Amino acid sequence: MSDVALVINGRNVTAEKGMTILEAARNAGVDIPTLCHHEEVAPFGACRLCTVEITSGGRSRLVASCVYPAEEGLDVQTESAPVVKGRKLILEMLLARAPGVQALRAYASRYGVDVAKFSSDPSFCILCGLCVNYCAEVKGKHAMGFTGRGVERQVMFLPEVASEECPKCGECFSLCPTGVWPSNYDLARVPRATEPANPFA
Amino acid sequence: MPRLNSVADLDRYRGELLAAQDANKLCVTICSGTGCHALRSDKVHQAFVDELERNGLDGRVDIRRTGCHGFCERGTIVTILPQEVTYLQVKPDDVAEIVAKTALQGEVIGRLLYQDGDGRGILHEDEIPFYKHQSPFVLGLNRFIDPKNIDSYIVRGGYTALAKALFQMSPEQVLEEVKAANLRGRGGGGFPTGVKWQTTKDAPGDIKYVVVNADEGDPGAYMDRSLLEGNPHRVLEGLIIGANAIGARHGFVYVRQEYPIAVENLSVALEQAREYGLLGPSVLGSGLAFDVRVHRGAGAFVSGESSALMCAIEGTVGEPRPKYVRTAVSGIWGRPTNLNNVETWATVPLIIDKGAEWFTSIGTEKSKGTKIFSLVGKVNNTGLVEVPMGTTLRQVVYDIGGGVPKERKFKAVQTGGPSGGMIPEKLLDLPVDFDELAKAGSMMGSGGMIVMDEDTCMVDTARYFLNFLSEESCGKCAPCREGICQMLNVLNRICAGDGREGDIELLEEISEVVKGWSLCALGGTAPNPVLSTIAHFRDEYEAHIREKRCPAGVCKALISYYIDPQKCEACIICLKNCAVGAISGGKNLVHVVDQAKCTKCGTCLDVCPSRFDAVMILSGVPVPEPIPLGTQVTRKRGRGHE
Repeated sequence: MSDVALVINGRNVTAEKGMTILEAARNAGVDIPTLCHHEEVAPFGACRLCTVEITSGGRSRLVASCVYPAEEGLDVQTESAPVVKGRKLILEMLLARAPGVQALRAYASRYGVDVAKFSSDPSFCILCGLCVNYCAEVKGKHAMGFTGRGVERQVMFLPEVASEECPKCGECFSLCPTGVWPSNYDLARVPRATEPANPFA
Repeated sequence: MPRLNSVADLDRYRGELLAAQDANKLCVTICSGTGCHALRSDKVHQAFVDELERNGLDGRVDIRRTGCHGFCERGTIVTILPQEVTYLQVKPDDVAEIVAKTALQGEVIGRLLYQDGDGRGILHEDEIPFYKHQSPFVLGLNRFIDPKNIDSYIVRGGYTALAKALFQMSPEQVLEEVKAANLRGRGGGGFPTGVKWQTTKDAPGDIKYVVVNADEGDPGAYMDRSLLEGNPHRVLEGLIIGANAIGARHGFVYVRQEYPIAVENLSVALEQAREYGLLGPSVLGSGLAFDVRVHRGAGAFVSGESSALMCAIEGTVGEPRPKYVRTAVSGIWGRPTNLNNVETWATVPLIIDKGAEWFTSIGTEKSKGTKIFSLVGKVNNTGLVEVPMGTTLRQVVYDIGGGVPKERKFKAVQTGGPSGGMIPEKLLDLPVDFDELAKAGSMMGSGGMIVMDEDTCMVDTARYFLNFLSEESCGKCAPCREGICQMLNVLNRICAGDGREGDIELLEEISEVVKGWSLCALGGTAPNPVLSTIAHFRDEYEAHIREKRCPAGVCKALISYYIDPQKCEACIICLKNCAVGAISGGKNLVHVVDQAKCTKCGTCLDVCPSRFDAVMILSGVPVPEPIPLGTQVTRKRGRGHE
């Protein structure tokens, strides 16, 4: 496998061809924040927290490092001013959606963000999609999926599949950066006090 | 039904069709495009069928239902051939007279003609001001052909460009011609079509796809719809030419399910093309194997984004995916896929037919050819407009569109769909092309053009578009999903009178991140309506925030309806029409709006007779104390009693 040479934060770095910038950076010990990334799952490119500034051919732009290939001669800045600015705002907005999420709070203190910049109607899920993608790609089960669009987007169990598969697996529980997913599953499992009447009986 | 196995077959068949035509035979064409369809052109059609039969003329007069002519404001449009007399706003009740006078006696019915400023009737469609300033190279055939009949296209030169591309040119030559024409994508991106074709052609892999993007979802835009409905073979011809140049054997048309006539006409067109041998194992006997499948979209705006569209074709959820590897290299099922918009494909036969040199003689330095716009909103002549690139906005809005109705003042024109920008009056002389619109903070988009007058609030308009985008964002990536939502929150509070100092700057701050950090172009352009209104109408934002005043009198939380006691003539009209009984008064008693009950629907303003003009919108000023109930009106001599 041929190698590509690039520069990350001023350091010369060698990466294998086909690697993403994120992989190259992590290999070189450079930490780039991510929420939706997982080694066993195809890059999703959804949280955008891993966005970095690249310069090639004299032109600089912002790209998501989890999906952008490490290219020969690329100059990557993982913590430049525009990168940090955008990362802070995204964290602030995600915190408005899910203020209690530990992973967000950790990044928030790293970047010194205004935790209460946006007021909103707080929820738990940050829609990183790790559970959905892990279940689909690694387990091949599709026990959960996204429903809705835009801010209405949600992760839902597919009861028929989940009732079969989840009790024997549960691997996504530890992936969830919010820690809420397992209890969500438990809630879904709680048998109803009174079963609804069967209209076809 | 002929099977066309060679160019000679095609030429011979066209010759037969021409020979069978009687140039003197009367033909009534009835526009059956979307606009006219909504005005029940089907009833006009049925009335013609019945009336001709009643007069024993069936068989002696042809009836043809055509595609959209463009002048939708005045539908249903009926043209009598060969005289080419055009009647506008034809109702079923007019049909008997048209048959009796025009069809039987060749007499023109003045009241159905277009009336110019001096009240003179204009006989021919081309001479109507709305059309006079247009160059309908792509849309123009619509009005002559029956989209459900392939012969109608062939007889007017249809598929000659395909024959030329297949038999007189090599695929490379076709590609070079498209490149030389500098055709840029009509879907909005403006990416050079030839370059995209070349990338797909050069990409490794034997299986390649070509796609027609007919997922037109901008509010108020229907260019692509009218092309697909009115002239599906033109789009198909372009697609086959492209497929041959690129080396694709399979094509897809991704069309919205909400466009039923487009789906139907396209499906009929594909079926006829297959029967004629223009699709299938050997297109026109050339050995090119190519066929097309229709994929009906479920109506998600984001599915017009190329990678989302391709996901949808694959059968998964229509959500964009990162495109650092272009879809031209890795598209549907990872195969090289060339996607172009309907109008782009429909322009291709023109370039092959007339040549790149002709094409580049039209337009501006970097934007060649013509562009179709759907001109809607506060403009007199609503409809589809095709003009050379570089035509100024003023020409489009005033010369073609006839200006703003009701003598209102022009305020802005919004181009490029929901993610486009608002362009103010001072930039009306802007030549419309890809680059100039981008420079003005807007974009070409697929060609939507919404005219706004002085009664339009720019903050409210930005809010409307952001609301649309927040509902249509797929929600996959954080900056787009959360950013649009937060921007909408800010805009909502500004419109509700709760705007704060710093809100404009906050909108700009979020915009920058949504624009620069989103996964696809939906997020990448979503802040445009906000940024362009801040750039050109910042004073309106400031009036909302600082003075709690909506200058256009639109934002309900910031306005009050007030009846001027000096002007009120106690006509009881507003009192009777108020849905919530918020207006008190009576015969000879001045009417008063109860501000606590008023829901600000604006009915009182709409119904107050213009000769009184007593209802007004107040904003940013306190509502005057109501005058004592039971105050008599003081009638002024000569006012209100004519």
